[in-house]
Amino acid sequence: MTDVIVIGGGPAGLAAAISARDNGASKVVIIERDTCLGGILNQCIHNGFGLHRFKEELSGPEYASRFAGNLENIEVLTDTMVLEVTTDRVVRAVSRQHGYMELSAKAIVLAMGCRERTRGAISIPGDRPAGVYTAGAAQRYLNIEGYMVGKNAVILGSGDIGLIMARRMTLEGAKVHACVELMPYSGGLTRNIVQCLEDFDIPLYLSHTITRIHGKNRVEGVTIAKVGPDRKPIAGTEFDIECDTVLLSVGLIPENELTRGAGIPIDRRTNGAFVYENMETLSEGIFACGNVVHVHDLVDYVSAESERAGAAAAKYALGEKALGRVIAVENGEGVSYTVPQYIRPENCGKTASLFFRVRNVYRNVRITVRNGEKLVASFNREHMAPGEMESIVIPVSLMGDAEKLTVSIEEVK
Amino acid sequence: MAKLICIVCPKGCHLTVDETTFEVVGNNCPRGAAYGKTELTAPTRVLTSTVKIENGEICRCPVRTKGAVPKGKLFEIMSALREVTLVSPVKIGDVVIQNVCDTGIDVIATRNV
Amino acid sequence: MYDVIIIGGGVIGCAAAYELTKYNLRVALFEKENDIATGTTKANSAIIHAGYDPVPGSLTARLNVRGNELAHEICKKLDVPFKETGSVVCAFGEEDDQTVKELYHRGVQNGVPGLRILNKEELRALEPNISDEATSALYAPTAGVISPWEYALAFAETAVVNGLELHLSEKVTDIKENTVVTEKGEYGAKYIVAAAGVNCAEVEGYVKEPDYVLKANKGEYFLLDKSAFGIVNTVVFQCPNKNGKGVLISPTVHGNIIVGPNAEAATDKTDVSTTAQGLDFVRNAAYKSVPSLNLSTNIRNFAGMRANTNNEDFIIRFVSPCFLSLAGIKSPGLASAPAIAEYVCELLSEAGLKTDKKESFTDSRKVIRFKELSPAEKDEIIKKDPAYGRVVCRCETITEGEINATFKTPIPPVSIDGVKRRCNAGMGRCQGGFCAPRVLDIIHKTLGIPKEKILKDKEGSYVLSGGAL
Repeated sequence: MTDVIVIGGGPAGLAAAISARDNGASKVVIIERDTCLGGILNQCIHNGFGLHRFKEELSGPEYASRFAGNLENIEVLTDTMVLEVTTDRVVRAVSRQHGYMELSAKAIVLAMGCRERTRGAISIPGDRPAGVYTAGAAQRYLNIEGYMVGKNAVILGSGDIGLIMARRMTLEGAKVHACVELMPYSGGLTRNIVQCLEDFDIPLYLSHTITRIHGKNRVEGVTIAKVGPDRKPIAGTEFDIECDTVLLSVGLIPENELTRGAGIPIDRRTNGAFVYENMETLSEGIFACGNVVHVHDLVDYVSAESERAGAAAAKYALGEKALGRVIAVENGEGVSYTVPQYIRPENCGKTASLFFRVRNVYRNVRITVRNGEKLVASFNREHMAPGEMESIVIPVSLMGDAEKLTVSIEEVK
Repeated sequence: MAKLICIVCPKGCHLTVDETTFEVVGNNCPRGAAYGKTELTAPTRVLTSTVKIENGEICRCPVRTKGAVPKGKLFEIMSALREVTLVSPVKIGDVVIQNVCDTGIDVIATRNV
Repeated sequence: MYDVIIIGGGVIGCAAAYELTKYNLRVALFEKENDIATGTTKANSAIIHAGYDPVPGSLTARLNVRGNELAHEICKKLDVPFKETGSVVCAFGEEDDQTVKELYHRGVQNGVPGLRILNKEELRALEPNISDEATSALYAPTAGVISPWEYALAFAETAVVNGLELHLSEKVTDIKENTVVTEKGEYGAKYIVAAAGVNCAEVEGYVKEPDYVLKANKGEYFLLDKSAFGIVNTVVFQCPNKNGKGVLISPTVHGNIIVGPNAEAATDKTDVSTTAQGLDFVRNAAYKSVPSLNLSTNIRNFAGMRANTNNEDFIIRFVSPCFLSLAGIKSPGLASAPAIAEYVCELLSEAGLKTDKKESFTDSRKVIRFKELSPAEKDEIIKKDPAYGRVVCRCETITEGEINATFKTPIPPVSIDGVKRRCNAGMGRCQGGFCAPRVLDIIHKTLGIPKEKILKDKEGSYVLSGGAL
């Protein structure tokens, strides 16, 4: 029987599989639906990957190759689509080569990544012409297939993929007329605002949105309006921009159809499975890591998280169950989610890492971890924003006999 | 005083740079200080793009400049890249154009095709 | 010289073609767009109504009830996704309760089988998520949901197999007695049948000034993700009242939930854009039926145009001795389609068209839907054709084999949406974000069209602007 099956051969799956092998799992299988490994990194040809991990600025394919070149003793099934996962750890899949397969494993790692939110998810009114793409779809057309989706673009949303595509299309000769962001702050990394928009004089309209798409067959333009504090368009502020393309960079959603199908509980805040400190889901022996659990902004963190998941999966496959009492991590003021949502202190070693996102832009505040009223730990931060994932490390010795811990953002005292 | 946002890493430190002495305040690391000065004197960027490739499993090979190149030369380098057609096999790190546009920097492949 | 020329490739024209090719006739169908089912047929509530709504004695009442009966049979024969979900018309208060009773009596008069009035408790048992405010409902077990474009495709493909000459991308520009003039040529026919949907008045006008007024009416919708499935079990209508017809919430045959429509008089019948106001209206109205409805699971908004006229009934009659016009075919047009087709044949026959049944009429159609196959069948088909082992549309689990198969159908697709209408690739939650580039590649390789010339849907809807510089 297979020790560990990893579903997904992107950055999360690769790191998890390698880590499972390195931690003693003897038979590890990666199942990838594409014909090659690397996932979304293959189309992310820009640099900036691996700064934390390799102290180098790599492109996506280079970052992927550091892992894909280290798969000795790992079986890889590419061009294979998983149709179903069950909680008794059976994986049902199909491929051209092997037909319909049923595989069993002692442990499973879910590493399916995420997908982009589409026009429908945000209900942009107007016509429904060709020329409206998610930024990632446009990126694939351009970077993998060598085709431009248009010549005059407006980008809705200031997520990193949108910003990266603004620069990429500009360099390829297109005119990017504007980047339009609903929120009063950008959703992407500050460095990308500078090097993708400001470098090319592309205006960023904060607190604005597209209220209408024009064009019967192909996009001919958009209407943009300012939004109020309620994020609703303000009448009278509308203006039009002529363009043939609208790119959407309006968020990512973890791709949890298999997780849901298996009946594994999903956290509405992350849209990913609830996980323990070792990335085990609430279904024993099934682990999850990377963007399928929560959307990361840096792949370096995906790799690190996935290595923990892979190691834990190997441990489980070798017969060592993670046990002990459970502390629930709750969201206090200003915190929109945490991962993990549950900590089993006996299974942690000396410290537990918590990853989370905040609801607003904050300056000079502190992150507090409380057991009821009692302060367990506090961490000062000069700057925090919803677009940037935060992390803290809590010493287990401080958790005491807490049943739950609350993470909040508070004024510095 | 010039206000800049450092792009060396994802942190995005807010820098203040003295336009005469090029002294940098607000950086969290030495690379930020260097960035502050370069950005005001001779700004540079790493350029990434793709070039045509024949006989590969894909028809575009991603490439990047091995180091930072003058910001003003980005479009010139893009034109140079359009003239290139590689033939598979290509390995990560293979030089695609040497000393591109006299910048002293090579363009290298970033994917094995 | 054709025996019959049909104008319009919506579900009505296609159903008429299906019916007419059962006879020894030479039949042609002209459609202005590059595919069939691209107008009202693809943008409606997708309901096969039971038939309690039309005024008793009207043409619409008769054709609706008969159409519903035929749909059950035809969908089996031609492998069209159809589910007899039943429908409820919900009352919210005493006035509505009265309306429910009236609708019940109408339905009985119209010959609708199985109608029943549900009290509050019975309604909640059937629809647990229904609002507490709902007081009673009319239950119609024979109502159902269908894939309208697959219905039209099934009719048209079967008609082509049986000899229909299909002319796509050929707009009819005039009619001179027995001659149909198009952008590309002139064609003679003994009889001409116009099924031009919202363009009925324009086409009829080629022959004679219409004696009705077209009042095109636009309706906007939400289509929710499969995660919303189960929120309602039947087609949930609201009672028509002085505030309008109300909006419906319904499962779709594909496992989604559809919510809509509003009704807005249209000044431009080609304008099927959605509007913030229209969507807001639908949103608010829908919460009245199901307060817990989660519209944030929306995957697509769309709007459709309905060929309403100043006449409540369908307008089906000869305008000249050889020109039969089907005008004002609005809701329940979809439900009535096969009955309208039968009626067309009757009228043509009465007018003198010789209708001898063909000796051999192929009256079946089979579509392979990979995800519906058993494990053993999946394995078998992949072994036979490995393309079925590659899933291209991951939201809907549509394989390369199914996409390839669309190009071997009697009416092969020419666009990405054409592929979607035939096998559902791109219908899911990511709306083609993942599979469209792959479908585009398959179209490119199969039809030999350069990638930058490939269309999303209609003429002019190009996907790519060209190669990278």
